[in-house]
Amino acid sequence: MIAVIDYGVGNLFSLRSSLRHLGLEAAVTADPAAIRAADRVILPGVGAFGDAMGKLSAAGLVPVIREAAAQKPLLGICLGMQLLFDRSFEYGVHEGLGLVPGQVCPLAPDLADPALKVPQIGWNALHILRDDPLFRYIREGECVYYVHSYYAKDCAASTLAVSDYSIPVTGVVRAGRVYGTQFHPEKSGGTGLRILRAFAEL
Amino acid sequence: MITKRIIPCLDVRNGRVVKGVNFEGVRDVADPVEMARMYNAAGADELVFYDITASYEGRALFTDILTRVASEIFIPLTVGGGINTLKDFDRVLKCGADKVSVNSGALRDPGLIPAAAKRYGSQCVVLSADVKRVDGQFRVFAKGGREDTGRDALEWIVQCVDSGAGEICLNSIDTDGVRGGFDLEMLDAVAARVSVPIIASGGAGKKEDFLELFRHKGIDAGLAAGIFHQKLLAIRDLKEYLAKNGVEMRL
Repeated sequence: MIAVIDYGVGNLFSLRSSLRHLGLEAAVTADPAAIRAADRVILPGVGAFGDAMGKLSAAGLVPVIREAAAQKPLLGICLGMQLLFDRSFEYGVHEGLGLVPGQVCPLAPDLADPALKVPQIGWNALHILRDDPLFRYIREGECVYYVHSYYAKDCAASTLAVSDYSIPVTGVVRAGRVYGTQFHPEKSGGTGLRILRAFAEL
Repeated sequence: MITKRIIPCLDVRNGRVVKGVNFEGVRDVADPVEMARMYNAAGADELVFYDITASYEGRALFTDILTRVASEIFIPLTVGGGINTLKDFDRVLKCGADKVSVNSGALRDPGLIPAAAKRYGSQCVVLSADVKRVDGQFRVFAKGGREDTGRDALEWIVQCVDSGAGEICLNSIDTDGVRGGFDLEMLDAVAARVSVPIIASGGAGKKEDFLELFRHKGIDAGLAAGIFHQKLLAIRDLKEYLAKNGVEMRL
């Protein structure tokens, strides 16, 4: 069973539907017992970093997520991936979960081509730097769907895949059993479904 | 690099796609769920659903269809038509929409876009603007393009972006339905003023129109309905043609 952590951030309709479509049993939950009982955990999220960390803390989920990360596969998606890092500079400085070394910074000042739009909204090819069981069902260069204004940096040692947005934008990270995707696999068509299937088989 | 997007648009009235004609292998040519499946398989990068129903029953049918599409098709879905309040946002987002497009609702209530952006994030709020030239000025039209609001379109669009619209869908009434190409002059004028993604709508007749469109800076996506529905242009062929001509595409 996959526990999808529900802490009041973003729309979980697509994620729930895509797991169901894959025939995977999933519970959308904020209950620590259900998260402890799950085989694997997904941390979704859309919105602002500080607000999301505040909600995780208020729900008492920070220690539960840290505990899960040490024991079973965990996947952070979009903002959920950013929360895995040490800190973020979105509207101030906020401490993250500290499960993956690195930090989350605004995309705009780092772009080599200032004409590119922020947020990055759309499909971009995923370039695999390091092979991993998560990529078992995808090929190099398949497109995935991004919507974001901040990105993870100073995380080269954990970066498995990037997309080119005039700079290499961190697409997939891994530290131990903790994974994160900046893009939305639940919105990335067949490619995204195959990534979720591989995660369920880790 | 980020790809340009090709977006088919489905106008739905009373649970049926308007202008849906003759697809091979599609049992019900006007069934929005069947059409969504077909476009997904053909490589559409996103789907736009416009609810052009006026009745309560029609609206209920629409949300049911949206739920069915969103349960089995995992690409971004944008929904528009009859979005006047935050409750309308909530209704379609709960059925699986990713983005919500507002048009007349934003003209009636200038507080709608900022309130929606605050609650759901700018990435969720698409301003759809119907624009037509009147006395040498780009004017915004309301009520499905029937009513001249007297407002300057560029000022209106900039105001909406400043107040939280994360994407612009620009429909040129002047080129709509003519199939003589997109309204590049109008698109350029908007692209010069805003830095959010722009979806071009109105005027696509052939694949060369899309190539010309994407050679213009600042245009992120091309939207069309009739030419796709009537199979004058297959999305797969269009995307391969564009890729061959140097446009970044998801194939």
